[in-house]
Amino acid sequence: MAEETTTPSIQLPDATKLVVSNSPHIRGNETISKVMVQVLIALLPAVIAAVWFFGLAALKVMVLCTVGCIAVEEIWNKCAKRAPTWKDGSAAITGLLLAMNLSAGAPWWICVLGCLLAIILGKQLFGGLGFNPFNPALVARVALLIGFPSLMTSWVVPNPGNLTACDAMTGATPLGAQGEAVASLSNLFTGNVGGCLGETSALALLLGGAFLIIRKLIKWQVPAAFIGTVVVISGLVHAINPEITQTPIYHVLAGGLLIGAFFMATDMVTSPMTAKGALIFGFGCGLITSVIRIWGGYPEGVSFSILFMNALTPLIDRYTIGKPFGYIRIKKEA
Amino acid sequence: MSDKPRKFKGGVHPNDSKALSAAKAIQDAPLLNTYNVIVHQNIGAPPEIVVKKGDEVKKGDLLAKASGFVSVPLHAPTSGTIKMIDKCPGPACVSVPCITIAADGEDTWGDCMEPIADWKNAKPEDLKQRVSDAGIVGMGGAGFPSHVKLSPNKPIDTLILNGAECEPYLTADHRLMLEEAEKVVLGAAILARILGLDGAVIGVENNKPDAIEELNKIASKYNVKVQGLRVNYPQGAEKQLIYALTGREVPIGGLPMDAGCVVQNVASAAAVAEAVIDGRPLIERVTTVTGEPLVNPGNWRFRLGTPISKALELAGGIKTQPAKLLLGGPMMGFAQNSLDVTVMKNTSGILLIPVETASQYTSEPCIRCGRCVEVCPMDILPATISQAVENERFDWASQLNVMACIECGSCSYVCPSHRPLNQHFKRAKAEIAAARRKEQKK
Repeated sequence: MAEETTTPSIQLPDATKLVVSNSPHIRGNETISKVMVQVLIALLPAVIAAVWFFGLAALKVMVLCTVGCIAVEEIWNKCAKRAPTWKDGSAAITGLLLAMNLSAGAPWWICVLGCLLAIILGKQLFGGLGFNPFNPALVARVALLIGFPSLMTSWVVPNPGNLTACDAMTGATPLGAQGEAVASLSNLFTGNVGGCLGETSALALLLGGAFLIIRKLIKWQVPAAFIGTVVVISGLVHAINPEITQTPIYHVLAGGLLIGAFFMATDMVTSPMTAKGALIFGFGCGLITSVIRIWGGYPEGVSFSILFMNALTPLIDRYTIGKPFGYIRIKKEA
Repeated sequence: MSDKPRKFKGGVHPNDSKALSAAKAIQDAPLLNTYNVIVHQNIGAPPEIVVKKGDEVKKGDLLAKASGFVSVPLHAPTSGTIKMIDKCPGPACVSVPCITIAADGEDTWGDCMEPIADWKNAKPEDLKQRVSDAGIVGMGGAGFPSHVKLSPNKPIDTLILNGAECEPYLTADHRLMLEEAEKVVLGAAILARILGLDGAVIGVENNKPDAIEELNKIASKYNVKVQGLRVNYPQGAEKQLIYALTGREVPIGGLPMDAGCVVQNVASAAAVAEAVIDGRPLIERVTTVTGEPLVNPGNWRFRLGTPISKALELAGGIKTQPAKLLLGGPMMGFAQNSLDVTVMKNTSGILLIPVETASQYTSEPCIRCGRCVEVCPMDILPATISQAVENERFDWASQLNVMACIECGSCSYVCPSHRPLNQHFKRAKAEIAAARRKEQKK
C-alpha cells in the first residue's frame, strides 16, 4: 500500500516490540515500599527518644524485633513457596512498632515470641500484606500482655543521655495509679517516664505524626477523632469527679494514646478507607480507650480499642460508602 | 453562572510533558500518494459506503453516507481514484473496513457544500443539517456525532466548548486555540445559534495562558466567555467540566443535557465554522505527534487516512525504541500494535511512550491506603470495586456504582500497589452492560 520510499536515515519504531495494554499508560511513582519507608522515617524521632531515655537496651529490643519480623516473614515465605516480600518494608514496620510496644528490659525471647505472633498469627495466616484484619504488632502485644502480664507491665526507669545504664524494674506506669499523677506533665511530654519504648515521648510522637499527616500517609481524621474523643470523655469525667481520673491533658500525654492514634490505628490495611469511616473509627477507638482507662480493669486500653475497631472496619467501610458524583439528581428525578 | 470555576473532587497531577510540542506551530502535512480512510470513525452506526473500486473522487466528495441519526458521513481527504475497499489495521488492534484512495496529486476540491456566509440569519435547522452533512464528531477523543448533541430533548441554557486539554503531552487543541482563535470562537457562536442561545463559554486550563489571551481578543465580539480552569486531570472530562463551569452535576447514566448543557470540543467547533462559512466537510484535523523518543515532536494538520508511520516520519523518526504507541493521551489513549493505523476524526494525538515511563508493573495486593478513593472524581470506591471484580462479583460492583466510572485512570495512576483498577472497571462495565442486554431480551 505505502509505495512512498522511506528516507533511510529516519528510524521508525519496531511495531513487533510495542506493548499493548490498557490505559492509563503512565503512572505515579508511588510504590508500597516508598510508603513504608516514609512511615519508618516518621518513627525515627520516637526511636531516637527511646535510645536517649532507655539507652542501648532499647536499641537492642528494636533491632531484635525488626530483624526478627523480617526473618520470620521470609522463613514463612520460603515454607509457603512465595516470593520474598521483605522489600515492601511492611515487616520492618511491624517489627519496629512491636518494639515500641515493649519495655527496654524485655528479654530476647519475648521479642522473638512477639515477632512470631505478629507475623504469623497477625498477618500471614490471613494471607499476608493487605489481608490481615488486625494490626499485627498489636496482635502480638495483646497476646504477650495476656500471656506475661507482669513482664509486660514492668518498666525500666529512664536515664536520659546515659546509653549503658539500665535500672530495671519500677512498678507503676503513669496510668497505673488511679487518680494520682505519678509523673509531671513536662516529663510526660519529653518522655522522661517509665513505659514502653514508643509511648513515652509525646514530643517525638507528635513530630512523627505531623510528618505522616503532612505527607498524607495517614488520614488526619483517625488521630483527631481518637484523641479528641479521649479528651472530651476524660475531661467530662474529670470535671464531674477529679477523684476518678486524671486531667485530659494527662490522658493524652501518658500511656500509648499518641503512638496508638498516630501509628497503630492509622494502619492502612486495618482501618477504613473513607474519610467518614476514619472519623467513626477514631471515635470508636477513643470511646473504648476512655472506658477501659477510667473504669476498666487494665490501666491502658489503647491496644484493645484499636483491635476492637479493626474488627469493625469492614462494617464501617460498608456503611460509609458515599453517594457518587451525580447521585442526588437521579434521586430527585426518580 | 458564577465567575470563579468550581473545584471538582479528586483528580491527579501527572507531569504534563506538553513542553515537547507546545511551542511548535501547526504545519500542514504534505500530500501523500495513498490514504487509507477508516470507514467507521464515529460512535454510533458506521456510515454506508457509496463509492466503489475505480471511482474517481474529488477532495471533499462523499465516500460514505450517514446510515441513521447517530451516524455521520465520510468525505474524501484528497482527489484521486478509489484503489481498494478492504480491511486495514484499526485503532482497537483489529482490522476494520477501510477505503484506500490513490491521490492524483491535483488535490482539487469537488462540488462543495454551499457556504452559509450569513449564518447569523440562517435557520438553526439548516446550520444543524450542515454540521451533520460535514461529518463532524467530537474531536477530543470520543468521536460522538456533534449534530446529535445539538438535538437535545431537554431545555438547554449553556453551551460549553471544551478546551481544557487536560491529557498530558497533547497540545493540538492548544495550538488550534492559539493560531485559529477566531475560527474556534466563530464555531462557538454558530453552535450557540443552533441551540438558540446568546453565547457560549470556552473552558481552558490555566496552563495555556497564551491561548486564553488570544481567544479573549475576539470572544466578546460573539458574546463568548473564556474561562480559565484549574490545572487538574481530568478537568476536561465532560461531567467535571460542566461542574467546574456551572456547579451542576450530570446525573449518573445521564447526559450533559440533563444538566442543561451541551459540550463540544474546540476542534469540533472550528470544524463547524469551516463547514458553515467555507462549506468544507471534516477531512483533516490537527494532531499532536509527540513523545520523548521522537526526534522532532510537533503539531500537524493531517488528512484523514494518513498512516501513523507517515506522521512519525514527519516528526523525524525515533531516537530510541518506545515501549508504547498510543492514539490519544497517556491517561485514556489506546495502545497500538501497528504503524499502519491511520489518522481518524478523533485522533488528538499520536504518542510514543518511552520504556522508562511506560506503565508496566506487576500488581501487588491492595494495602487499602485509600489514595484511589481520594483521587476519584466520581467519588466511588475503586479499591473495593476492584476486589469485587477480582471475585467476579459484578452485581456487587454494580451496587458500588461502577457504572458511574468515567475511566479517567486517576486511580490506577496513584495506586502504590500498581493494581489494574481501570482495567477492572472496564471489564465490570462491559459485563454489566452485557447482562442488562440479556435481561432486556427476555
